[in-house]
Amino acid sequence: MDLSAEDRQRLAGDAGPAAQLAMRIVVRLAESMGVGRLLDITGAHVDSCLYHGQSGLDFAGRLLDGGASVAVPTTLNVASMDLAHPELFRGDEEQGRSARCLAGMYEQMGCQPTWTCAPYHLENRPSFGENVAWAESNAIVFANSVLGARTARYGDLIDISAAITGRVPAAGLHLDENRHATIQLGMSHVPPDLMNLDQMYPVLGTVVGAVAGSRIPVIEGLPPGQSEDRLRALGAGAASSGSVGMFHAVGSTPEAPTLEAALGGRAPAEVVEVSIGDLRAARDSLCTANGKGLASVCLGTPHYSIEEFRTLVSLIEGRHVHPEVALYVSTGRAVVAELELRGWADALRSAGVTLVVDTCTYMSPVLADTDGTAMTDSAKWAWYAPGNLGVDVIFAGTAECVDSAIAGRVLLDNQVWADV
Amino acid sequence: MSERPRVLVEGTGSGEVLSLQEPLSFWGGVDAATGEIIDRRHPQVGHTVAGRVLVMASGRGSSSSSSVLLEAIRNGSAPVAILTLEPDEILSLGAIVAAEVYGRSIPVVLLDEATFRGLMTGDHVTVGEDGSVKRQSGPCDGLDDTPGG
Repeated sequence: MDLSAEDRQRLAGDAGPAAQLAMRIVVRLAESMGVGRLLDITGAHVDSCLYHGQSGLDFAGRLLDGGASVAVPTTLNVASMDLAHPELFRGDEEQGRSARCLAGMYEQMGCQPTWTCAPYHLENRPSFGENVAWAESNAIVFANSVLGARTARYGDLIDISAAITGRVPAAGLHLDENRHATIQLGMSHVPPDLMNLDQMYPVLGTVVGAVAGSRIPVIEGLPPGQSEDRLRALGAGAASSGSVGMFHAVGSTPEAPTLEAALGGRAPAEVVEVSIGDLRAARDSLCTANGKGLASVCLGTPHYSIEEFRTLVSLIEGRHVHPEVALYVSTGRAVVAELELRGWADALRSAGVTLVVDTCTYMSPVLADTDGTAMTDSAKWAWYAPGNLGVDVIFAGTAECVDSAIAGRVLLDNQVWADV
Repeated sequence: MSERPRVLVEGTGSGEVLSLQEPLSFWGGVDAATGEIIDRRHPQVGHTVAGRVLVMASGRGSSSSSSVLLEAIRNGSAPVAILTLEPDEILSLGAIVAAEVYGRSIPVVLLDEATFRGLMTGDHVTVGEDGSVKRQSGPCDGLDDTPGG
């Protein structure tokens, strides 16, 4: 292993027991990957702050006791609960305490209390070509695909180890040669009308993840210049149904000005034409509900952007959420601060919307009623919530979700997918 | 790199094989308290990974899976070994940190395709330090030496 002088000092314990443990983890990971070199990062996004049980406290405690402090600017992913509104937490009290305790431990290590799965909405997001260590699958795919920053698919435990050492294995998506697409997905069989709908993008992402697995796909044939929100919905879907860490969309993502550039001048190993049938099947796979009444509408997975709130505010204007339905929107504190300034936060609250910050409704016990049906505009929510919460779900467009929340029953615009 | 078996995380483990028909995300897919598969879309939902030699082509999905594997190892509800075709650092990390924090690790090994396909749910095997997979001799000694696939 080709280590720097600082790396060796950390391994020897000269920088304290926490830096030593973190360095050992980085090096052991590199060894397990067969990688002989490390590289510097300029920032990290840490997911280890999410409480999964005693082991998280044990690990963070070992680091804190050893004097852990992050070496690069580090943001924190969602916590297991809304830290700003603990009254929304419906889980076990003991677990809530442990979750708050774990969150505090990562703050003590010098991480910024951002509590969002959308660190790309914060100021100082990484720029093109920058090496970072990001955890959280939707953030990873966004950083690589949409920002052109470089991060491997980091997970819990390595994220904080990288932040403490400022070092990661020189491998995977950090290297030019590993950022080209090897599988091509064509959209020529999909009608342009459907590609103009926001709700096609998370569904397409679900197809892309299932087809690509852990490979890098290039999608050809989408209208160019797609918005960040559509690209991230696509990426979040692909990183749920598959292990996609990066995708290219020709004409929309920065490393895919052309199909040839995305493929690195090589022929793809596989070419797949996406069919309407594929999209319908993926949409159906995101619906598990069987006729029970509507109880919840959950938006904001990943955390809603300002632009998505603009749409929501205009959709709901002058109306009020039905008294028997709860409409939750998960987002980051920084976005809520902006909503307050614009007056949108008050408008949404008085329309009966519950803003959930610091966490996400698909994994935190926030929902008042998990017996009834939940609706969402997020492929990721629809993918994970049935397993996490035991809730039945219907995926639909944002407008259908809002209309349903107001009517108090599931309203689907069957025309959207029927005639195409 | 292509040499198989390749040991990603050292350790040994013996148990009954659970061969997954589809990749599994530990986060959202496995209950860390019991080891039960809870992903309702997974064809083997309801099966347990606890104490099993888990055989799956690759991992899938969320980056929280390292923590869920670590928690499962702490709780004694983890697989005793994980055997895959494609490397998945997210799973390796759970095992690496379990070794560092609890001194308790499970082997994570990349197999060659033939060995991988020969492992069937219900087989009893031992995974060695070198990543070798050996069938345990039992009452039907000699009969179960032939790979099932």
